[in-house]
Amino acid sequence: MKFDEIQRVLETKVVGIAGCGGIGSNAAVALARVGVGKLVIADFDTIEETNLNRQYYFYDQIGLQKALTLKDNIQRINPSVHVDAHVVSLDPKSVTALFSRCDIILEAFDKAEMKEMIIETILSLMPKKPLISGVGMAGWGRNETLSVERHGNLFIVGDRQSEANEEYPPLAPRVGVVANMMANIVVDIFLGKEY
Amino acid sequence: MKITLNSKEEFLDTPKIALTINEVRALKKYSFRNLIIRINGQLVKRENFDSAEVREGDNVEIIHLIAGG
Repeated sequence: MKFDEIQRVLETKVVGIAGCGGIGSNAAVALARVGVGKLVIADFDTIEETNLNRQYYFYDQIGLQKALTLKDNIQRINPSVHVDAHVVSLDPKSVTALFSRCDIILEAFDKAEMKEMIIETILSLMPKKPLISGVGMAGWGRNETLSVERHGNLFIVGDRQSEANEEYPPLAPRVGVVANMMANIVVDIFLGKEY
Repeated sequence: MKITLNSKEEFLDTPKIALTINEVRALKKYSFRNLIIRINGQLVKRENFDSAEVREGDNVEIIHLIAGG
């Protein structure tokens, strides 16, 4: 498949991204570069200096809203991508309202209880929707431990055990690998891989 | 009791015919707090972890969710 043929498929697609941190910002940029037609992104938070070790923002964007700033950054990369950016603290109601019309949803939250909330909401209300979640990406090295575990339409990407904390922070290289693995599954599904 | 747990055959050492999700978690010494659980493909919500039953031959998925993203 040539890139223009790939783009013709991807430009018809909509991807929802819940969370615009390390996973969400990097996955969104990868999907924007290949020309996914529309990205629905959501995050309540603002950019802090400590985010810059892994999140797709710039030093002069500290203090700005993540969702709106990610939209700006995406449009500087690929202005043909339509970005629907929401500054919102997600709950089951807003997850359903924002993402029910997306073809695929990426779960890109930081907190484990938020991951549980969105996965539970989507599995119970949109059980057929492909959902890709990042679980276990803190630290560095250990490329060989990162993999995809599939549970029906739910894809868990990461090592499933490296929890992020102060002594074991998430860092750009390893978070970026997981974010791009997640984006890679999206492209795989859209280009017709049978799952 | 023999079940399939996360795609692997698993023997749970119990005299009971049915176990709740919380009993399976205790037997397996799972300590993570945030979970997604399905029994034979059916989502089990947190409020049913003490009532939903796992029986011989069931396909159980227990996905641990941890911070980072």
